[in-house]
Amino acid sequence: MTVEPLLVADQLTKSFGPTTALERASLQILAGEVVAVMGPSGSGKSTLLHCLAGIVAPDSGQVRYQGRDIGAMSDTARSALRRGEFGFVFQFGQLVPELTCLENVALPLRLNRLGRRAAERRAAEWLERLEVAEVSGKRPGEVSGGQGQRVAVARALVTAPKVIFADEPTGALDSLNGERVMRLLTDAARQTHAAVVLVTHEARVAAYSDREVVVRDGRTTGMERSGVAA
Amino acid sequence: MSDLLLGARMAFSGGRDGWARALLTAFGVGIGVALLLLAAAVPAMLQGRQARGDARFDFRLGEQLPAAANTLLVAPFDTEFRDRPVRGRLVRPEGPQAPLPPGVSALPRDGEVVVSPALKELLDSPEGSLFAPRLGGAEVVGTIGPQGLPGPHELAFYLGSDTLGSDGSNRIDAFGGGPPSEEFGPTLILLVVIIFVVLLLPIAVFLGAAVRFGGEPRERRLAALRLIGADRRMTRRIAAGEAVVGALLGIVVGGLLFAVGRQLVPLVTLWDISVYAGDVRPSLPIVALIVVAVPVVAVVVSLIALRRVAIEPLGVTRRASTTRRRLWWRLIPPAIGLVLLEPLVSDVRAVGEALTRHQVAAGVVLLLIGAVTLLPWLVDLLVRRLGRGPVAWQLAIRRLQLDSATSARLVSGVAVAVAGTIGLQMLFTGVQRQYTTETGEDPTRATSYVRLFDIPEGSAAMNQLLAVPGVTGGTGTLWARIARDGSSPEAAPAGYLRIGDCRALAEYAELGRCADGDVFRSLGPPDDGPSIDAFVPGTRIAVGERAASWTLPADTRTVPARANPIGWKRSEILATPGAIEAGRIGPLSVETYLDFDRDDPDTLERLRNTAVQLTRTSWVGRLSATAQADRFVTIQRGLYVGVVVTLLLIGVSMLVGLLEQLRERRRLLAMLVAVGTRRATLAWSVFWQTVVPVLIGLTVAVAFGLALGSVLLRMVNMPISVSWPVIGMSTGLAAAAVLLVTGLGLPALWRLMNPVGLRAE
Amino acid sequence: MSIGQTFLGLLEAGPRHGYDLKRAYDERFSHTRPLHFGQVYATLSRLLKNGLVEIDAVEPGEGPERKRYAITAAGVTDVQQWLSQPERPDLYLQNTLYTKVVLALLTGRAAADLLDIQRAEHLRVMRELTRRKAGGDLADQLICDHALFHLEADLRWLELTAARLDDLAGKVRA
Ligand SMILES: Nc1ncnc2c1ncn2[C@@H]1O[C@H](COP(=O)(O)OP(=O)(O)OP(=O)(O)O)[C@@H](O)[C@H]1O
Ligand SMILES: [Mg+2]
Repeated sequence: MTVEPLLVADQLTKSFGPTTALERASLQILAGEVVAVMGPSGSGKSTLLHCLAGIVAPDSGQVRYQGRDIGAMSDTARSALRRGEFGFVFQFGQLVPELTCLENVALPLRLNRLGRRAAERRAAEWLERLEVAEVSGKRPGEVSGGQGQRVAVARALVTAPKVIFADEPTGALDSLNGERVMRLLTDAARQTHAAVVLVTHEARVAAYSDREVVVRDGRTTGMERSGVAA
Repeated sequence: MSDLLLGARMAFSGGRDGWARALLTAFGVGIGVALLLLAAAVPAMLQGRQARGDARFDFRLGEQLPAAANTLLVAPFDTEFRDRPVRGRLVRPEGPQAPLPPGVSALPRDGEVVVSPALKELLDSPEGSLFAPRLGGAEVVGTIGPQGLPGPHELAFYLGSDTLGSDGSNRIDAFGGGPPSEEFGPTLILLVVIIFVVLLLPIAVFLGAAVRFGGEPRERRLAALRLIGADRRMTRRIAAGEAVVGALLGIVVGGLLFAVGRQLVPLVTLWDISVYAGDVRPSLPIVALIVVAVPVVAVVVSLIALRRVAIEPLGVTRRASTTRRRLWWRLIPPAIGLVLLEPLVSDVRAVGEALTRHQVAAGVVLLLIGAVTLLPWLVDLLVRRLGRGPVAWQLAIRRLQLDSATSARLVSGVAVAVAGTIGLQMLFTGVQRQYTTETGEDPTRATSYVRLFDIPEGSAAMNQLLAVPGVTGGTGTLWARIARDGSSPEAAPAGYLRIGDCRALAEYAELGRCADGDVFRSLGPPDDGPSIDAFVPGTRIAVGERAASWTLPADTRTVPARANPIGWKRSEILATPGAIEAGRIGPLSVETYLDFDRDDPDTLERLRNTAVQLTRTSWVGRLSATAQADRFVTIQRGLYVGVVVTLLLIGVSMLVGLLEQLRERRRLLAMLVAVGTRRATLAWSVFWQTVVPVLIGLTVAVAFGLALGSVLLRMVNMPISVSWPVIGMSTGLAAAAVLLVTGLGLPALWRLMNPVGLRAE
Repeated sequence: MSIGQTFLGLLEAGPRHGYDLKRAYDERFSHTRPLHFGQVYATLSRLLKNGLVEIDAVEPGEGPERKRYAITAAGVTDVQQWLSQPERPDLYLQNTLYTKVVLALLTGRAAADLLDIQRAEHLRVMRELTRRKAGGDLADQLICDHALFHLEADLRWLELTAARLDDLAGKVRA
């Protein structure tokens, strides 16, 4: 049986001026799997993630989400896709400093035109699930890094996305907090059957994945021995 | 000292950003300084213009001089071109030592003309052909030098004439020596003082904002210094050093801008007023004051700014967000202002004296400063209560809740400018009634009028005017003075006789029936002009210069007079051409009312050309319902220009603030875009974030403007009335400035919403 | 650590005398504990018996040190297999890994691939440990964490090595 991959990157190439960040990088993500993207610093991991999420357009190559070419979509459609189907967790600085944590988590729902009350109710549930209900009224500046990161995970999950993109989600946390964030993130993702693309260079973080892809000098040298062709 | 130097060096540190910031501050302060210098130069500017205007005064008061080798005949020959006044003089030297007008090296002979450079330019332009006929084909033999013109763009000429006689002209043996030009009256002084206050105060606010450009990176840098061991006093000294450098650079830039701007000044003409670069000279004490005060203010402002934040080694925390703003001290300046203005409310005459003038200025300044001090408190208060709404609104309001001071500061400049304008314009509209006269003209009945005096071929002239290209129709009459038979109409005029066809005469009286050959006695209000009671039907009367004798027919009807299109209504004899042979009477005056397309200005110029060719003494004008005293118009327009410039300036500082803020938040913006936020949502949030404080600011401005206006109106004993169009106009200008700022900020926002920003820091 | 495969790897570059082999081995991989000659000749004779090396030439004189050894085709395959086979993630296995990396470089093979293979293997084990941790009690968690941190240290070292491969290659070939 072949499973149609959810997200496919095909021969992506991307240069920034003289630097080639990606060179014919390819990758497949199946629905519900957790894939770690590893590799040395500057190898193009973040760039790959940005291309996959339709944030950055590759110079050549294709990204297909559910069979649709993301590059061929309008910017509006891509934004809607990111709003509706994707979730994001970054290393830091991703919460809007002037909104409370609750409002931050509710933000993607409200961007999807859900009413304020309903959005904040769902946001509160997610804060609870991620064990940070107590910070809901505080501003991001007033919570610890680990709490903030869990708020960010709640925000990424609140729209029940199909894919969660996480770029060094534990980069600024100590190991205990990092593990906690990873456990909550992967548990929640598995429960909601969301795929996770996890960029990290920490093996312990990558160990939460189902398989890993290695990026080196912009090339994916991944052991593409996943269940794709099984 | 070394701390100050360190601060000075830090003003430029930080690579490209550091330089950009330093330049921005220097430029912002520079603009402010340049404007202050310009304001300081205004008195000298006016003085120079006035002195040269007085020097070419050519009207001799008192006894007529005898003709001599050193006398000159001068006759006014003023005209207009495209609504610009043209000062024209006919000159005829009566001897070799005839005086030369200032700026003219040789008197023009017959058929020659000396023109101002601006007029020469006009004549050389394609439009010149619309003006040249007025000079009768005279050859341009020279130009008037700067010392003979108040401003570089004045249109003026001296036309030589051999035929100029002593009547209708002045004989003079020197130019100048007239009475000093009329001084500004107390009300006008009040206005000028307040205009300066209203315009300079926002500039001060702007200066305050300019020295704070780049505040947040500066604070971060200071925090880094604390981390490596600088104490609080040192950081303060370093900040002061940085501020001084910015201010000093700003003064240099301001000086340069002013020097350059001064050279540009002659290129612009605002409402018929142009100024020579040489006249733009700020007085030395004021320059010295600016050079000292600006750095001091910069240091004080930046130290005050630091008071609000605690710079700790681990970063910057803002105290402002936790402490509520207090109200009481914010009420002090406007209260003192009102107290100062109160005694003047009863007696505006006192305003002329220097002391009270300062009192007025101080009172107005304090009242307006009230708007500046109250605004942050109000913004804070109101913004706390908002917050529910769409995402864009929520983002904007939450941002304001976190830091309303920055926007309040910028908006207070707008508020002061608008409040001042509203106050002044209220005063204007009140005082306008004193200065504006209803002309009584009725522009619906005709577009323009042409009046020619005492010309031999009246009917032919009339036809010539009607035949001017562009004229679509009109009526014309000829008129002459009349007297009882036996006396001279010239020496002892007792009334007027007007000759015209029925249609033309209908403009002057309610004729009823009318056919060629009819004569009417038109009866106006008794106290307006000479009575015609004596001229009953059958009377013999003498008409015109030659005292031609004519009998009023027996069937002359008496009809009520009607106001003519220029609003005059008087008793006179009206005759149709069939009743009197006009050619017999001698020179007659012509009065025509002409129609043409109001939007075609050339026709008016052609009419002027034709009229000038027909006689030296002609009046050509456009009908309009009101006229304003010239000086008043000037002040009012000056204010509008000032306000627009001020708003633009503040717009610039708002834009800088906005861009700075956007740059600081680029990572956040990129992140929001990454998670799929619509660009429109972000644009709206930026919009609201700018607009909400401005709306609050404008509300405060309207309130303070009304208060100021009421006080000022009371001071000149005028009933207090609110002119909503003025308020609409002032707030509209401000709103336009804000929209412009937001609009200009959008491209930057678009650029910053690039996901590349995710990498920043 | 397998001395035999290491010898084979060294021989891939060209035939050597037994004495040369020992010197090269000591210099590169075992500064502190030089090989005994007995070890060297025992290993070489085992390799010879298995057909992985052959005698290339014998110089006049006596003793095994007079023999020159060369690698056979089977020997090359053996080295290849050894290199491409991950080591069992274990404590303190750097020495083996280091040897493998240097050998890969010496023999012109892709050392980066070797590292990737090893990383995959490490991660596989780490994943197992992580899963066990999630299901286990505190004691389990602590034990797993201990192992995880050690494995992570290995991997970090691997990363470091990978980052310095170019430097290393220059040195090794010099
Ligand atoms: N916007 C950009 N402009 C210029 N160069 C860029 C840009 N984005 C990425 N690069 C370059 O592309 C290469 C890959 O960058 P990328 O951020 O993808 O690496 P990474 O694998 O995520 O590194 P790290 O682990 O340090 O985050 C780097 O050499 C980087 O300098
Ligand atoms: Mg990265």
